[in-house]
Amino acid sequence: MPPAKEAPGTRARRRPDIRNLSLLGVLAALVLVGALTKPEQFLSVQNLQLVLTQASVIGVVTVGVTFVIIGGGIDLSVGAMVALATVWATTVATQQFGLSGILLCALCVGLGCGLVNGLLVSLGGIVPFIATLAMLASARGLALQISDGRTQVVSVDPVLALGRRDAYLLGIPPIVLVFAVVTVIGWLLLNRTTFGRRTVAVGGNPEAARLAGIDVRRQRLLLYLLSGLCCGIAAFLLIVLTGSGQNTNGNLYELDAIAAAIIGGTLLSGGRGTITGSVLGVLVFTTITNLFALNNLETAVQQIAKGAIIVAAVLVQKGRTP
Amino acid sequence: MTEHTPRIPGTSRRNMLFGAAAVSAGAFLTACTSNENNASAGTGKQQQAGGVDDKPGKKVTIGFAGPQADHGWLNAINQNAKDRAKQYEDVTLEITEGSNDTAQQIGQIETLINKKVDVLVVLPADGKALTQVGLKAMRAGIPVVNLDRVFASQQAYRCWVGGDNYGMGLNAGHYIGEQLKDKKNAKVVELAGIDNLELTRQRTQGFDDALKNYPNIKKVGRQAAEFTVESGQSKMAGLLQAHPDFDALWNHDDDQGVGAERAIEQAGRDGFLMVGGAGSRKVMDTIKADNSVLKATVLYPPTMSASAIDLARALGQGKGIGGMAELEIPASITLYSAVVTKDNVDDYLPTGFN
Repeated sequence: MPPAKEAPGTRARRRPDIRNLSLLGVLAALVLVGALTKPEQFLSVQNLQLVLTQASVIGVVTVGVTFVIIGGGIDLSVGAMVALATVWATTVATQQFGLSGILLCALCVGLGCGLVNGLLVSLGGIVPFIATLAMLASARGLALQISDGRTQVVSVDPVLALGRRDAYLLGIPPIVLVFAVVTVIGWLLLNRTTFGRRTVAVGGNPEAARLAGIDVRRQRLLLYLLSGLCCGIAAFLLIVLTGSGQNTNGNLYELDAIAAAIIGGTLLSGGRGTITGSVLGVLVFTTITNLFALNNLETAVQQIAKGAIIVAAVLVQKGRTP
Repeated sequence: MTEHTPRIPGTSRRNMLFGAAAVSAGAFLTACTSNENNASAGTGKQQQAGGVDDKPGKKVTIGFAGPQADHGWLNAINQNAKDRAKQYEDVTLEITEGSNDTAQQIGQIETLINKKVDVLVVLPADGKALTQVGLKAMRAGIPVVNLDRVFASQQAYRCWVGGDNYGMGLNAGHYIGEQLKDKKNAKVVELAGIDNLELTRQRTQGFDDALKNYPNIKKVGRQAAEFTVESGQSKMAGLLQAHPDFDALWNHDDDQGVGAERAIEQAGRDGFLMVGGAGSRKVMDTIKADNSVLKATVLYPPTMSASAIDLARALGQGKGIGGMAELEIPASITLYSAVVTKDNVDDYLPTGFN
């Protein structure tokens, strides 16, 4: 497909698609490796469920981060927000209110942190890198203080039941279902709403966006709120998955989420990116981790291979879109 | 160094919690903090007062520089030290806010040196990096009890007391070996801790060495987690997927074990026995209840910090250890990694940490 003949509008739309195709290629290659090395285990339904479950928590976080990056910002505090939300939502005081109490608390903590991030960036005029770095430090500190270093075990059975096999709907774990819903909503939000168009405009050229009548500060505030909300949802999923809250939760999520978004074709400087690409990026990472576990590779080898695959994925994309 | 090292913002947050003057927000946080904040917090109160003579003697001020308690075991270390010191009328404990930051911890220890404490107990964030400040204390005439993570030079401490990582692996391996010795082609898997830590390698080495005694057993899988619940869940889920059947699992750490147990439950798997590591209260309760795959845990006792206080007091008062012929306390004490099973769990329950 020669790009020169396309109208500017279609070209901008189509470019991410090519990126996603190459990413799909990487994913297919990984699946092939899995099918060849561990045919019976890798392609089993159980393993598919496992890969998707493990992609879900970080996947939900990545959807939020993708919006922030497209909008020209960065959110380094996602892992810390997830940690704080899991710790706070699993305290005894919250557990007394059962599933709804835990869910509500996780969402509120995520939204609250997102609000602070958003206010610091939009009203305070603090560089997003610094504002969210500050949130990273203080949210982790608060999580440590609230939990006092202890693992807070959840004893609310309806929450734990969501992670069990008998809660699967048509073979799909509820956690994965939430991830799917968040992805679809994220895709619709970015591609079919004014909010999405404003996000791209603000990230691409904030001055032009302002002149076009977009309230840039309000838009940025909303993006950090969205990221915080996603962290709250992810925190709840993590509580369901691990049956506990711990201040070390969400360790290095910020890097994993940003890496997945970038691999998925999101421009780190803002103005361009897709939800599909980010989700594919998350799936590539999770599939790699799964392949390593199935083949019993050592940690050092895993890290080296992961780095190599990140570089390969980005190089492949560069080759396809000069 | 001035007499009053400036306090780094944030260092007072724990004090705020412990202090009676905690603001209402702090009080609320504390109130909803712990799941099991009852009297059983693993303080070693029910133990004997060790071998050290506990008749009141000369007054001793002990400086304690502990780790940042971001993990159940480390939290128990700080708590055990505090509780032990309270038992002695003649001991005053000067405690600094725990830190994982080397530079910050050096500053804290130097503050304790300047305060002229009689004895120092130090659990360094990084033993090698804190060797110099250990030497400084010793040169200033303050004997140092080095807790767990060992200094690079023996000149930097008077006495070392700590756990036995190799022994943990060894005892876990022997326990599993004995359980499976009549089973042909038995398979075991290992869920290790953080792989770039020396202690993880020692635990694995001990485990492998013990298994060499049982030719019928083969280790078929190993994954390293990160001492966290989340990583435990994720890595265990992978191990379970990779190995449709195995007979035993050794998990290096009970905190990540919470996640591992969750993964086992979610996968609906049983038919193997699981051995934990460290000795958390929750794991001991599970072993006692005997209703899951978890049958034992090998200890890495957090009571070592209570023992360190005992040793520091003995050093300050110029005593030796009761029950030994020596006039002086030993230069090094390695604790035993006992295997806790259903049969002896009641003895160890008081040492379990949350």
